[in-house]
Amino acid sequence: MASGAINKLGFSQEPPAGVLGLGLTLNSERQGQRDSEMWYLCVFYHRLLDYRKPEVEALAELFGGYEGGIEKLEWKLPLHHHPDSPFHFVNLPSELIARNIANRSILVKGIYELWGEGSNFEELEESVRSFPDERKLPFLTSDSTFKITVDSFGKVMSFQEQNDWIKGLSFIPFKGRVNLRNPDHKFWLMETDDYGSNNGLPPIVQKRIFFGREIGGADRKLLPTYQLKSRNYIGPTAMDAEMAFLMANQALAMPGKLVYDPFVGTGSILVAAAHFGAMTMGADIDIRVVRDGRGPDCNVWSNFRQYELPMPISLLRADNNLPPWRSNLKEIFDAIICDPPYGVRAGGRKSGGRKLLKGAVSPYTVPDDKRTDHIPSTAPYSLVECVHDLLDLAARMIVMGGRLVFFYPVLREDNSVDTDFPKHPCFKLVAACEQMLSYRYSRVLLTMVKIAPYTEEIAESAKLKHLEFKENHLKWLEEGNLHSAVFSPVNPQSDAANDSKFNKEKPKYRGKYVFQNGKSISNVAQNLVIKCQLAALING
Amino acid sequence: MRLLTHNMQACNIKGVTNGFPFRVEAEEVMEKQVDFNADFLRNLFPKIEWKALVEASRAMGYHELPDEADSSLLDSDDFLQKFHRALPQLHLEEGAFVCPETGRKFPTALIKCI
Repeated sequence: MASGAINKLGFSQEPPAGVLGLGLTLNSERQGQRDSEMWYLCVFYHRLLDYRKPEVEALAELFGGYEGGIEKLEWKLPLHHHPDSPFHFVNLPSELIARNIANRSILVKGIYELWGEGSNFEELEESVRSFPDERKLPFLTSDSTFKITVDSFGKVMSFQEQNDWIKGLSFIPFKGRVNLRNPDHKFWLMETDDYGSNNGLPPIVQKRIFFGREIGGADRKLLPTYQLKSRNYIGPTAMDAEMAFLMANQALAMPGKLVYDPFVGTGSILVAAAHFGAMTMGADIDIRVVRDGRGPDCNVWSNFRQYELPMPISLLRADNNLPPWRSNLKEIFDAIICDPPYGVRAGGRKSGGRKLLKGAVSPYTVPDDKRTDHIPSTAPYSLVECVHDLLDLAARMIVMGGRLVFFYPVLREDNSVDTDFPKHPCFKLVAACEQMLSYRYSRVLLTMVKIAPYTEEIAESAKLKHLEFKENHLKWLEEGNLHSAVFSPVNPQSDAANDSKFNKEKPKYRGKYVFQNGKSISNVAQNLVIKCQLAALING
Repeated sequence: MRLLTHNMQACNIKGVTNGFPFRVEAEEVMEKQVDFNADFLRNLFPKIEWKALVEASRAMGYHELPDEADSSLLDSDDFLQKFHRALPQLHLEEGAFVCPETGRKFPTALIKCI
């Protein structure tokens, strides 16, 4: 899960006391040990806020060999920053790991070795000057090339301003030549501004300037390459490329691993996993998507060909409710990644048909001459049962320590979501990342790690549950119906109230940790300003 | 249909108690190039039903796999190469899977993409 800091609103939190100071003591204590633990400045793209830290945590596990699990990753916020701020400090064991994480990520704009920070230029200069020379000079040599980028969060800077800022750095003894195209070392001067609201975030009381050396950053060029609009074969619920990559990262997809998607559809999730080198396998109950697609050059296989990725090991026409695996097969997939059909845009299907819907009908026997290519009929599949089957399948088929990554829909009520996610004795939830889809509902990307083996007892109780679902098929269909909850009209009175509110002020920014009503944002901000002024008075 | 998938599946017709392994009736066999990854093979090896793999690969005309195999063979590059050719590369293009208990045939027309 995300570390404690993000769970609070952030205002009540003690600001981390002199993060840089801490970094400095660490450095001076461990001079020469380049690969000791260190705090890095981690700057995120300001999107999919809930997904940012879990992605870094997952990748830290992938590259860093954190044995005790990922809770160990420590985070800090810069002074006065809101948890949704794009600026974070993260403690990582080595620069190599930091680079691997940053380069593989989708949401990390950059991880930087912080050379200095301050609330104004004088403070920044002092802080950079006191950063140890032996850490600076190797990157300032005359035979190297460099580039300085000026970046700001929450405002636009003119070219002139940027130039002035760069000139302000002349106290750093840069000896190398400037190369804007392909420099050896990239330096970043970044600012958060203190006026108004920052992209909707509550204002920061004091602005902060950071200067650091770039270690690595996300390759966002992947996204236009893989964007759905230029993909050959897509369906109505194809997973957006950015999200698919995030899911593959959560699942720790890499060469040598086998990844399975039981609701493969047009293969959009497996494409992302295959991009990171994993072997893939998929299944769907709809034979049209796995066998035919839309023709010889427009099917799941052609999607893999389009990006020159290795083909899936297989695509099966299979029912998750009645899986085709041999009975003693277990622990074979390293990860299962999927977006189950939850009945809002598309509903699930399972084998069954008329019998389940209309009660007992006279048994239909497939005539022998039709048997060879007979495809069983299907009936609707309720979300509850679908998730139960998924967890059972995953518990059995995922290796110990392997991951189950899937979307789970939740209804939003009073701007909060019910955090009662599905549980299973074999799994531990390590991340839950919400993505708001509408005013009424969100989907949450759940990442679970398998921590216990699949025992006889668990198998037995799953079997009983399976029978119960079969008996009460219609009841579950009705109870678990998310479609009506999402699309039914809300009660007219509050509808009118909501409407007028919406017309007046559409919140530009809807964060989990920010009140969504514009008024409360400014109230909180005002309170914060007052609080800080008080604090300043008290501290003299 | 690759042999890895063959090794994972059983016939799940109602009433069948032991639908594994499918007998392979091969008419046309292909080999499809897959990147070699030793870790992938080592991870999968303990989960494979070796006898079923050997029988199916022989039915498809590939006779290089030994009758018995244990994990000590995984250090041998020669073995890994053969294992690699059989497990993810060998492909049943045309033919059928036959349920060992009921004798029901699943032709490739139905499982081609599988």
